[in-house]
Amino acid sequence: MNGTLVVFRREFAAYFSTPLAYVFLAFFLVLTGIYQWAFMSFYNADQASLQALFGGLPWLFLALIPALGMRLWSEERHSGTIELLLTLPISVPQAVLGKFLAAWAFVGVALTLLCSEWATVAYLGEPDHGVIIASFLGAFLMAGGFLAFAALISSLTKNQVLAFVVTLVLLLVNLTVGFPGVADWLGSVLPATLHQVIKDSSFLVRFDAISRGVLDLRDVLFFLSAMALCLFANASVIDLRKGA
Amino acid sequence: MIELVELSKRFGSLCAVDGLSLSIERGEVLGFLGPNGAGKSTTMKMITGFLPPTGGKATVCGFDVEQKTQEAQTCMGYLPEGAPLYPDMTPRGLLAFCAAARGLRGTARNSAIGQAVERTELASVVDQRIETLSKGFKRRVGLAQAILHDPPVLVLDEPTDGLDPNQKAQVRSLIREMSADKVVVLSTHILEEVEAVCTRATIIADGRLRFDGTPVELRQRSRFFSSIELHLKGNPEGASRALEGINGVDSVQSLESPEGHTAVRIFPRNKQALLPQVTALASERGWQVEHLFVDPGRLDDVFRVLTRKGSTEERGASSIPNTTSSEQSNDNPETVASKS
Repeated sequence: MNGTLVVFRREFAAYFSTPLAYVFLAFFLVLTGIYQWAFMSFYNADQASLQALFGGLPWLFLALIPALGMRLWSEERHSGTIELLLTLPISVPQAVLGKFLAAWAFVGVALTLLCSEWATVAYLGEPDHGVIIASFLGAFLMAGGFLAFAALISSLTKNQVLAFVVTLVLLLVNLTVGFPGVADWLGSVLPATLHQVIKDSSFLVRFDAISRGVLDLRDVLFFLSAMALCLFANASVIDLRKGA
Repeated sequence: MIELVELSKRFGSLCAVDGLSLSIERGEVLGFLGPNGAGKSTTMKMITGFLPPTGGKATVCGFDVEQKTQEAQTCMGYLPEGAPLYPDMTPRGLLAFCAAARGLRGTARNSAIGQAVERTELASVVDQRIETLSKGFKRRVGLAQAILHDPPVLVLDEPTDGLDPNQKAQVRSLIREMSADKVVVLSTHILEEVEAVCTRATIIADGRLRFDGTPVELRQRSRFFSSIELHLKGNPEGASRALEGINGVDSVQSLESPEGHTAVRIFPRNKQALLPQVTALASERGWQVEHLFVDPGRLDDVFRVLTRKGSTEERGASSIPNTTSSEQSNDNPETVASKS
């Protein structure tokens, strides 16, 4: 437990010791702002909700989370610090969990900044706060799923750019198969069971369900088990290919 | 304190470490010597629990490194090759992180950091980002991290690589200073370093142990050990023959010398000391001796012979060959040590 906490603290502080954190947070805020206010023309929609904002979030995460996750293990491998880290009395699962939690907490910070948008709609109208809370939770869970996957890909290579691109492409595929038009088309060409499996494992479908305000335990468990699976694979990869 | 039993590591078809067995006790400073790719770093990675062995086992402080990795790591300090460090941290931040990982808290942590900083003389840069530090300072941060918790076992992979001569001397004295109640294992390319800090020298090549003994014994392996280099003024007639006539001389080799001078190297039989006989002969014949030098043996020579492909495994001082005169033929000198 101590090992996880120690790694968590170092990693979390590391985000803020370089411009990376500030650039990321600024980018995140500007992009969500532009999306909400200009692109989705918030005023014309005449609705006191953050539906539009959360609807765009998966696609924003698609670009930002791989950038955040690519360094988790690639950098350690590239610079050789993985040897320093793993010869301290810290186990591989502790290191994997600590790094992941730090990145996830960082996304949590970014999401917290969106409270400004929440305050704005609350000032302008009477939004359904339950839906918004569920959406925040859904967004946090989805980000966790994305990040765990990014961490897994990052553990496979020394090359951060490669980790970024591979993560981005695979997550794009995952999101796209859940996109209504694509999902319908897949339904017409694939066997029903396979189609259902693909649809059920799309982060987009799960997130949409939660952000409508329906906090289904199955969706929550889906994200949590996706994270657990990716992190388990991540730890196994590190264990097997430490020296590579 | 460190026990290696038939330790092996294969990477695919490549055998990096091949059945290495060693036992290292408290107070010993063991130097791993060997050419690049000999398996030194891989061995150290297995001792420190970074890489799992494919065969055999390593025990540190009584803990099987593979089974009880964290317990073993707790009693070890490790400087990995090239001293990898987090570039965006300061030395203080990095040491605080390592201290926390090692379970040091509060005043114990602060005093451990203070002591490590003092011992490695890092005070002037302790709050500077590591990426801005010179190579020498980075290496010292790596060392500070390794000695932070005052571990009974220190494993240092090329601790003086890339340091200037002053820094090298400083690191060596630091190692000597700490070694009294510890086990220190270090690897190096620098042969002199073994003599400067190690109480025990091992040579590894192709993943196998080629030599295990004291640095002095290592030097004695040299075919030049206790040979005498003699420079004379003029060209006294029959000098070589006279020298060959001394009881115990194996052979006399002519060396290059300027016009009007003579230079020879006298190889003794069985590495015996011949200085009294040679000086006596010189004064008896009235030679004008310009320069006389008893060779203490050459480490690079021994190193080359022992690490050459196909050299047989030899261990310990006991196996130093009592070379016979016929073997010490100078036509093919490098074969001498490997023949036994």
